[in-house]
Amino acid sequence: MENDSSGQIRMMQGNQACAEGALAAGCRFFAGYPITPSSEIAEHLSVALPKLGGKFIQMEDEIAAMGAIIGASLAGMKSLTATSGPGFSLKQENIGYAGMAEVPCVVINVMRGGPSTGMPTLPAQMDVQQARWGSHGDRGVIVLVADSAQESYEQTIRAFNLAEKYMTPVILLLDEIVGHTTEKVIIPERSEYEIIDRKKPDLPPDKYLPYRETEDLIPVLATFGTGYKYNVTGLCHNETGFPTNDPAIIGAQIKRLTDKIIIHKKDIIRNRMVMLEDAEIAIFAYGSVARSARSALAKCREAGIKAGLFQPTVLWPFPEDDIREVAGRVKGFVVPEMNMGQMAREVERACRRDTPVHRLNRVDGQPITPGEIVDLIKGVV
Amino acid sequence: MERYEIRLSGSGGQGLILAGKILAEAAAIYEGLNAVQTQSYGPEARGGASKAEVVISDGEIEYPKAIELDLLLALTQESCLKYSSDLKKGGILIIDSSFVKELPKGDFRIYSAPINEIAVDKVGKAVVTNIVALGILTKISKVISEDSVKKAILARVPKGTEELNMKAFDEGFKAGEELLS
Repeated sequence: MENDSSGQIRMMQGNQACAEGALAAGCRFFAGYPITPSSEIAEHLSVALPKLGGKFIQMEDEIAAMGAIIGASLAGMKSLTATSGPGFSLKQENIGYAGMAEVPCVVINVMRGGPSTGMPTLPAQMDVQQARWGSHGDRGVIVLVADSAQESYEQTIRAFNLAEKYMTPVILLLDEIVGHTTEKVIIPERSEYEIIDRKKPDLPPDKYLPYRETEDLIPVLATFGTGYKYNVTGLCHNETGFPTNDPAIIGAQIKRLTDKIIIHKKDIIRNRMVMLEDAEIAIFAYGSVARSARSALAKCREAGIKAGLFQPTVLWPFPEDDIREVAGRVKGFVVPEMNMGQMAREVERACRRDTPVHRLNRVDGQPITPGEIVDLIKGVV
Repeated sequence: MERYEIRLSGSGGQGLILAGKILAEAAAIYEGLNAVQTQSYGPEARGGASKAEVVISDGEIEYPKAIELDLLLALTQESCLKYSSDLKKGGILIIDSSFVKELPKGDFRIYSAPINEIAVDKVGKAVVTNIVALGILTKISKVISEDSVKKAILARVPKGTEELNMKAFDEGFKAGEELLS
């Protein structure tokens, strides 16, 4: 059965939009363990995947679920898991494994308040640095973020495309507000979006080396069961995939894991710039807070304040160069976020102390309102 | 229509989030407006405070949560006292008189009906309290047509319960008419 819902306008929760976006991207495998506020993604796919010939598995925990999607991906399936809060912490070790072994897969984290069990039903943006640095070791990562049901749909497709293109786990962050907001989604026609599938080996099995360094630094991993034999490990490995202790090979491999993202950052990074051309003050906001920021923007402009919005839709790699460029033209940045200032630090670093960065932080499980942002901007101006 | 903000409040398990989804779908799918529904509830499966919010507008809806309420439905005493101060001047407060005994003071119009009793005595099931409330709300607020809300209910409720839910809506709508007369 084909997914034939394109061209429709539907009312959907952000979580459901992720599930629908995953199906549109070609995802046919989900393993997970339900946890609020992400459970609707699993719930929806548990019904939808079997109808499309896909597989849904509720695993014994989040660690196993992350392992399962790595295995399914090596067998050629586009694979997804979704989680929240403590579940995201549990997945970290295996996310690192997918990063090291360069196995494409998508992890959706619908952020709730922490630490620990924290606020199961309340929104937060406290995992934005964990998404970057949560698993040990040093490697490049790709982390996307969505602010609406529509964007949840589109970003899930993009997450799969980037995972397949760059052979890496991609994380998509929603917050509870986005995940649980029901609103209109216009399902795009198939011709309106791109679907990227991972490269296939162009050499016969006896000449194939999975981790041979390529010009674009992205390996070509053959699908298991297609006659290509190679080893997959979390240990540092050579081009055959078997472990090595050779410092030259190890150094080159670990450096490549960062470089393969960095040299392609222009292709990966996407920002939404709203009214920044003549802005004197720039709001940096992402996820549901970007919606509050757009409302605040309208109110500021009505009051004669020249405010603009810098909204990243990719948090990592961080859009440092773009921030730096905007910083040169504005008098200051305002960074509202539902954490203690995790991305504000990155904005400060990009500004290199030349442009003041004003923080607005809420960690009480309540949304940041447009009024709070307007008040801060008025205080700054 | 400018931004119209509705909050449905009570305790977990009363079906308020479903009622919010029905209202949003009635507005967005059957009336061609923009509508956004959000929810807030505790970690408990039942009990605890629960609320659903619906923002309706003919323009874009950026901030998805309610800021100043045009309409508040309060099914419990706690939610009535907690949220009535969020009503705008001249706003509408609909309360379930079966449970709300202490009325808040403020510059708003109060409509009081025994919503839970109507569900139990006239429809025969407490589980349809949320749909009775939707009937009253539809009649009093006049934001979304009766026809659109009914269509949205039928599209959402489980098969085999259509008749029960239509009766619940009609009983609520009738109670709303009596409140306005």
